[in-house]
Amino acid sequence: MKRPLLILFAVLAAAGLGYAPQLIFGAPIESTMGFVQKIFYFHVPSAFMTFLGAFVSAGGAIWYLVNGSPRGDRLAVAGAELTVLFGICVLVTGPLWARKAWGTYWRWDVRLTTSLLLWMIFLAYLFARRYGGAGAKRLSAGLAVFGAADVPLIYISVSVWRSIHPKTSVVSTLGPGMRGPFWFCVASFLFLFLVLLELRLALERSRARLDELHLAVEDHLDANS
Amino acid sequence: MGVLASTMLLVSKDVRVELRAKELIYATIFFGAVVLLVFAFSFLGGERPPVDAVAGILWVTITLSGTVGVSRAFEREREGDTLRALLLSPAPRTAIYLSKLVSVTLLMVLVETTATLLLSLLFQVTLPHVGMLVGLLGLGTIGFASVSALFGASLGRARSRDVLLPLLTYPVVMPILIAGTRGTVGLWHGDAEGLVAAAYWLRFLLVFDAIFVSLGLWIFEPMMRSDG
Repeated sequence: MKRPLLILFAVLAAAGLGYAPQLIFGAPIESTMGFVQKIFYFHVPSAFMTFLGAFVSAGGAIWYLVNGSPRGDRLAVAGAELTVLFGICVLVTGPLWARKAWGTYWRWDVRLTTSLLLWMIFLAYLFARRYGGAGAKRLSAGLAVFGAADVPLIYISVSVWRSIHPKTSVVSTLGPGMRGPFWFCVASFLFLFLVLLELRLALERSRARLDELHLAVEDHLDANS
Repeated sequence: MGVLASTMLLVSKDVRVELRAKELIYATIFFGAVVLLVFAFSFLGGERPPVDAVAGILWVTITLSGTVGVSRAFEREREGDTLRALLLSPAPRTAIYLSKLVSVTLLMVLVETTATLLLSLLFQVTLPHVGMLVGLLGLGTIGFASVSALFGASLGRARSRDVLLPLLTYPVVMPILIAGTRGTVGLWHGDAEGLVAAAYWLRFLLVFDAIFVSLGLWIFEPMMRSDG
């Protein structure tokens, strides 16, 4: 990503997230759930970004496994970290809402379980990456691919139990006063996601460059000794 | 040599090595029995646990002892550096993966047989619809083996591989545990609704196995490649 574009996205994300509370406060109060429904404006965009991160990570992992491309590997690790990060937002805001709406922090509902397991798989990715030894990159890439393939299966397996989570159709049937703030929040989160992704990719690029320089210096010293 | 012939050869090698040492068989079966006993002690004196809990106990026991077996099997490969030798040999990569999958499955079938019998003894569960139970256990095992054999093999050089193996495997095989447990509960309830549920989970496991074995076959080769 070009630097001016990155700065533009960063400004858009900061302005969007700064202005979002104003919009959310101004949106109409939902008739049955009342004020707690407002957490939805941050909860659902976070969930979108969690899945986007997993998608980016699995895509990068496949690219890396097939071509051995270091860019694919960088994309995989950046995507996995963002999945874990936005997953934390989802898993914190969800139970807060559920306590008010259902009277309990957690239920083994399909969307909750699927999100939790997806989050755990990508947490395991980070573990594998950190402690996986010499083959850590390939090992974690394999995990990302398996994890992404797993999500629909987890979803189906849990959905056989009765679901109490609001349906995804909630998003398409939002009232006119809510639709604007909601998509505004999604856009702000998307800009935040892109900025974080690019920063993380830049960090990995610098790390790779540093490793190269380190090796070059060692070679140079070896040649001179 | 074709993939199938190489696979058969490698499986017979694994079986022969294990029959001589008998280390894995005894260790995993004994481990499974100990886990079951711990569960049995926790219910001591109280009411008999419901079949839902017993089904969970069975699948937890299988998963834990399976992990111990896989972990030890690859530890042995690492000690003798035999996995590297295998990878250097002209055997097709798919055959190496398939042979590991079959060997792990064979070992786990032994553990499951003893664990299920011991479970029915300790928790006084009758075992009706044996055919479907065998189907659930067999398909669940193949799914578990398809994931754990892959990660077990590629964890070969990692420092904390014993901790990492369950950490990587369990979240991925969670659908198997759900399907296996719910299917077994359905079987043990024994009514028409339960049997329909069991048949559903059996089909679910079949789909899971098909996806994960194909994915494993495809991904094993690039995963075992060395970065140098």
